[in-house]
Amino acid sequence: MTAAPLVVVRPAQLMGAPQRAGRWRRLPTKAKVGAILLGIFVLVAIIGPLFVPYDPSYANPAPSLSLHPPDAAHLLGTTVSGQDVFSQLIVGIRLTLELAVLVGVVATALSVIVGVSAAFLGGLWDDLLSLTSNVFLVIPQLPLLILLLGYLPQKGQVATILVLSFLGWPWGARVIRAQTLAIRRRDFVAASRETGESTWRIIAFDIVPNEVSLIAANFVNTVLYAIGASVALAFIGLANLNSWSLGTILYWAESQEALQLGAWWWFIPPGLAVALIGTGLVLLNTGIDEIGNPRLRDANNAIKINGHRQRPADPTPVWQVLAEPRPGRLGAFVHSFSRTSLLDRAQLDRAQLDGAGASRSKGGE
Amino acid sequence: MSFILRRLGFYAVAAWVALTVNFFIPRAVPGNAVDAIMAKFPNLQPSAYKALEALLGIGHPGSLWHQYVTYLDDVVHLNFGIDSLEYPAKVSTLLAETIPWTLALVGTATVIAFFLGTTLGILSGWRHGGWLDRVLPGLMFFQATPYFFLALILIDLLAVHTHVLPIGQGYANGLIPGWNWPFISSAVFHSLLPAFTIVITSVAGWMLQMRNVMITTIGEDYVVAAQAKGLSSRRVVFTYAARNALLPQIQGFGLALGFVVSGALIMESVFSYPGIGLLLLNAVSASDYPLMQAIFLVITFAVLLANLICDLVLVFADPRVRAGEAS
Repeated sequence: MTAAPLVVVRPAQLMGAPQRAGRWRRLPTKAKVGAILLGIFVLVAIIGPLFVPYDPSYANPAPSLSLHPPDAAHLLGTTVSGQDVFSQLIVGIRLTLELAVLVGVVATALSVIVGVSAAFLGGLWDDLLSLTSNVFLVIPQLPLLILLLGYLPQKGQVATILVLSFLGWPWGARVIRAQTLAIRRRDFVAASRETGESTWRIIAFDIVPNEVSLIAANFVNTVLYAIGASVALAFIGLANLNSWSLGTILYWAESQEALQLGAWWWFIPPGLAVALIGTGLVLLNTGIDEIGNPRLRDANNAIKINGHRQRPADPTPVWQVLAEPRPGRLGAFVHSFSRTSLLDRAQLDRAQLDGAGASRSKGGE
Repeated sequence: MSFILRRLGFYAVAAWVALTVNFFIPRAVPGNAVDAIMAKFPNLQPSAYKALEALLGIGHPGSLWHQYVTYLDDVVHLNFGIDSLEYPAKVSTLLAETIPWTLALVGTATVIAFFLGTTLGILSGWRHGGWLDRVLPGLMFFQATPYFFLALILIDLLAVHTHVLPIGQGYANGLIPGWNWPFISSAVFHSLLPAFTIVITSVAGWMLQMRNVMITTIGEDYVVAAQAKGLSSRRVVFTYAARNALLPQIQGFGLALGFVVSGALIMESVFSYPGIGLLLLNAVSASDYPLMQAIFLVITFAVLLANLICDLVLVFADPRVRAGEAS
């Protein structure tokens, strides 16, 4: 009998592991990839516009430059009116990220304010604030956004930021309220209250610091929402169409029939940029989840016993299960596609039971 | 029972909020349908303003309260006014024409994506760290991709270049909608690509959520106990772990639905699919406010109804809800 693997489960930390300088290597791979991906785009957004080769709005009248495929002079080709797609892309990444981050900051601040005050005020206020956030969660966002922006006389950047922030806080408020209620019941908050700390001080120094990872995750989520919504709104024309964001590039590409003209260099780069920024954010968020929830953590600190990977949070394995014969690598891979792979252990169990003379019918489940 | 009543009350409040927001937006913001028409036809006399208002039924006579009551009465009778985009048509007629298309496409695709994603989530949660986990980042990429962009790519690959599937539209030109085989087969054929787009972009979300809940559930004592009893893996996975991990998934379905529907609306415009999304976007580009408002209400009510159905399912699936423990 092999010894059961040593199961080391750290208590699920309420606030996730504190991020110290040397911790980068311990981050889940997903979070690392996400952070690097985002870092590249943020860098492009910050210093990119300094190196933009052309004015993104300048329409070169030369007929040879209409829908010119990518070459050395125009890295991503030109639009139908001779504008440089690469320049548009760089400027567009900046504008889109700028908008998303601003919406993220404003909406997250609103979430924290509403969530914490609902938890602390309690009673009727709590009911009212919770009801409001639940109602706005259940009303589909995009049609409401379209309605609001459709009615606004000016559809500029500021209007979009305001409308998106106004509709972006409910989910975060709900999560933060629940967490605040949980933290409020803990002893250290009671201790602060007993020593006569004011409510504001408790909120600022006891509650909010313990919610940092939650607030960060919420911020990432809100930025993701803002990018998706703003690009979608711009794509249908509800934005300042004279400015260059990833959504407006796609809008012009679609309305000037880039697809039908076969100008892939016109609509693929902006869409891909949106998708990659979004992937970075999703990966980062999954990574944050894994820091907070040890069960979700990747196989980083898994150990191999008899060819079976065991993670710290797995239930203690039974010897017979581990001793199950395994096909080769390729065979296992192919086999894992089949639904019956779930039955492997079951068959083994049954064989064992039959051998022991257990009265269990063969087909019985 | 009290759970259902409480949820019904909540949806009533949500519906009322949607109605009221819808009522106040046009009154709080300058600009309306008449302005839009006046701007579109500059040779109209200023005296036409009042006539147009009366014609479209969007003048605001009487006190605010009176307007509000009239508005609610109109909504109850499905009277959303007359459309200015396709002028003499009633808004409710336009809605009746387009809703079935969207319902069939988005409804079917969402249900497929939900079941597919949940099943994949069960498998990848059970085999945590297995090959399904390794394709997850790829699926996240599709999740982060805007629906309409993926639609553009798919059209480019499958319709423009290879002609495997039609580029867009709900059915082939020259067919008359009706319950006959050529039309239905054409409609199904045309809906394959849009449906595929919805499934591939939304499946990752369902899968990820189910996987995470599965992983947490598998660590619970009762699952370990079930394994220790010597139950077959299939029984442990589906009857013990997945059965309980499914509950948050059902709860999340209603909330995520609004998101999926929103994405699908914009996707419809890329495919020129004759659904409510395309209608909404045409309304936006033509500044057709009564139509926009009516579509907003219809979509909201549909999502509220779907949420209510989810709650009813939850009552059957979760004995704790029946006992009134969970809220």
